[in-house]
Amino acid sequence: MARTIVPIGPYHPLQEEPEFFTLTVDGEKVVDIDVKVGYNHRGIEKLSEAKTFDQSTFLVERICGICSTSHPFAHTRAVEDVIPVEVSERAKYIRTIIAEGERIHSHLLWLGLAGHFLGYNTVYMWAWKLREEILDAMEILSGNRNNYAMFKPGGVRRDIKYEDVPVVVKKINSIVPTLEMLKKAVIDDPVLHARTKGVGVLSKQDAINYCALGPTARASGVARDLRKDCPYGAYDKMQWDMIVTQNGDVFDKAVVRILETFESIKIIKHCLLKLPKGEIDLNIKNIPPGEGIGHIEAPRGEVFHYVRTDGTNRPVRHKIRAPSFMNVPTFKATVIGQTISDATIILAAVDPCYCCTERMAVRNIKGKKLYNGEDLVKLSQEKTERMRR
Amino acid sequence: MIYIVYLIFYGFLLTAIIGLLASWIDRKVTARVQYRVGPPILQPLIDIIKLSGKETLVPRGVSKITFLAAPVIGLSGVILVSALLWINNIDRGNTFIGDLIVAIYLLAIPSISIIMGGFASGNPLASLGASREMKLILSYELPFMLAVFVPVIKSGFSIELGQILTFQAENGVMTGAWSGTLALIVAILCVQAKLALVPFDMPEAETEIMGGTLIEYSGSGLAVYRLMKNMLLFTLPFFLIILFMGGLRIDGIHLLYGILKYVGLVALVTVIRNTNPRVRIDQAIRFFWGPVTVIAIIAVFLAFRGL
Repeated sequence: MARTIVPIGPYHPLQEEPEFFTLTVDGEKVVDIDVKVGYNHRGIEKLSEAKTFDQSTFLVERICGICSTSHPFAHTRAVEDVIPVEVSERAKYIRTIIAEGERIHSHLLWLGLAGHFLGYNTVYMWAWKLREEILDAMEILSGNRNNYAMFKPGGVRRDIKYEDVPVVVKKINSIVPTLEMLKKAVIDDPVLHARTKGVGVLSKQDAINYCALGPTARASGVARDLRKDCPYGAYDKMQWDMIVTQNGDVFDKAVVRILETFESIKIIKHCLLKLPKGEIDLNIKNIPPGEGIGHIEAPRGEVFHYVRTDGTNRPVRHKIRAPSFMNVPTFKATVIGQTISDATIILAAVDPCYCCTERMAVRNIKGKKLYNGEDLVKLSQEKTERMRR
Repeated sequence: MIYIVYLIFYGFLLTAIIGLLASWIDRKVTARVQYRVGPPILQPLIDIIKLSGKETLVPRGVSKITFLAAPVIGLSGVILVSALLWINNIDRGNTFIGDLIVAIYLLAIPSISIIMGGFASGNPLASLGASREMKLILSYELPFMLAVFVPVIKSGFSIELGQILTFQAENGVMTGAWSGTLALIVAILCVQAKLALVPFDMPEAETEIMGGTLIEYSGSGLAVYRLMKNMLLFTLPFFLIILFMGGLRIDGIHLLYGILKYVGLVALVTVIRNTNPRVRIDQAIRFFWGPVTVIAIIAVFLAFRGL
């Protein structure tokens, strides 16, 4: 039987970032999938080696527009792990507030996009309208809508003023009724059930085998959340629930994210009302030689930063692993055997973030061969030779 | 001579104006539901004028004639059927036996032109969209025919639109009876699919197959398709109004009723499209051949019993 290749990407209205999925289809059914990223490589790890620890906090903030807190959070924790040092209680609470605000707006953004991919533009617009309120609240707290620039090794840059707290709590409370309505509209809609239930199932075993992270894993029944398993910030100071569902289909992934939004609202409100007094910054001056690891639970899963230092004010090596790097390969388990119409929503269901995941890939003009490091050095030397002539 | 007036003035101009207006209502209501401002009233017209001024690109290696003729065929189908409907609506006596069948046949032409254009594009996504459109036609035509059969039975097996209208003028509209109401519900669902609006917009699903059948069209070809779709937004509800709601009348208070009937149908279509996600093509077929056909058969049965 004739097989057709349906390309999704490198530029496609489905995804806002450049990526390339090659779907091999048999009629409407997907029989194979190939994923290529690397269109947007920026060399952040290398750039970071040329910057001081304070500067690279800003740099990693620019890895991703949505996880703009998760990366600095993990990076500062990695640097603090080198010394090692614990930040003050107040700084921990402020960090938790900012991280949870990011989780709410990220999950709402995903919910809207998922609606858009299913042709349900009303959900799209409503979710993004709600997200505006959260962005406003974050602007009151940090001065910025998206890149908050709140983190620095040793604490936070800005304090939260007590007079801002009631305004922010009011703003966050104001989205709860609409969010409840949206939750009902999504969870009880029979047509949405027909489109998402039993679609793109990632079994628990597959989730473990592919090392899926975050909501993707929790929707498959893998009860793993760094905020519970390895508490950081102020997460162990309060009561909140880890949302775990069992089916692993697109519907469960949506449910996990919607319910997590409510938990995040609970956490933020608790932190704002119980904000302890004290210093916000330890004023760290020297970073000794050594290694440090920082990992936190980003909206999409575990973000992992590794920093090696040699006693100067710059890292010798800075390694970043974003959650999508682990979640994108699960497409092999979920997309094959589904139809093209379902493939799009399954691809979107892990909330992939390609600019976080970018790795360099080099190929020749025919698009086949991938070079290894030695070949690249040789190519570069050949070019220098040509230039000299 | 009078037929040329009908064709140009009613079939094309009036239908296009009302269709563009309806398209604006659809877009504005959608925008307000979604917390947006929405376009100005002339926007649908501006879109089409702008598109017709753009360069028309023809993909390499395709049949140029088929590719460019497809939108024109679709548009002419809509103009013809609108003219036919207007003639019947204005001058009930001026009709011929079997014009209902001709109208149903002509209403299928736009979908067929879209299939033609899709397959002529030589693009895998366009052929995917065209094959979806084909499956969609197969799914909704059966319940649509059954629904149209109800007014035929009720008006004493007449297949003339004029006689169906006369029957309704004398005995009250079709929706007054149970069978008529059920058939109208079925027909509205089929119209949603004929217009390729959510939840049945899979032939052009933007986020799945990037516009599907229309992916290779640009410039005036796309403008003609857009115009065709906007005109269908008038023609299809108009067809339902003639069959089930006693047609449009232009005298006095009846004009207001007519506008209410039409705007009501358009609003219903808009609401359906804003409160549903897109379904899969197999789900659509199961939906139309399952519950919808069953409702249509019940309506036909009730019509035979005189209910």
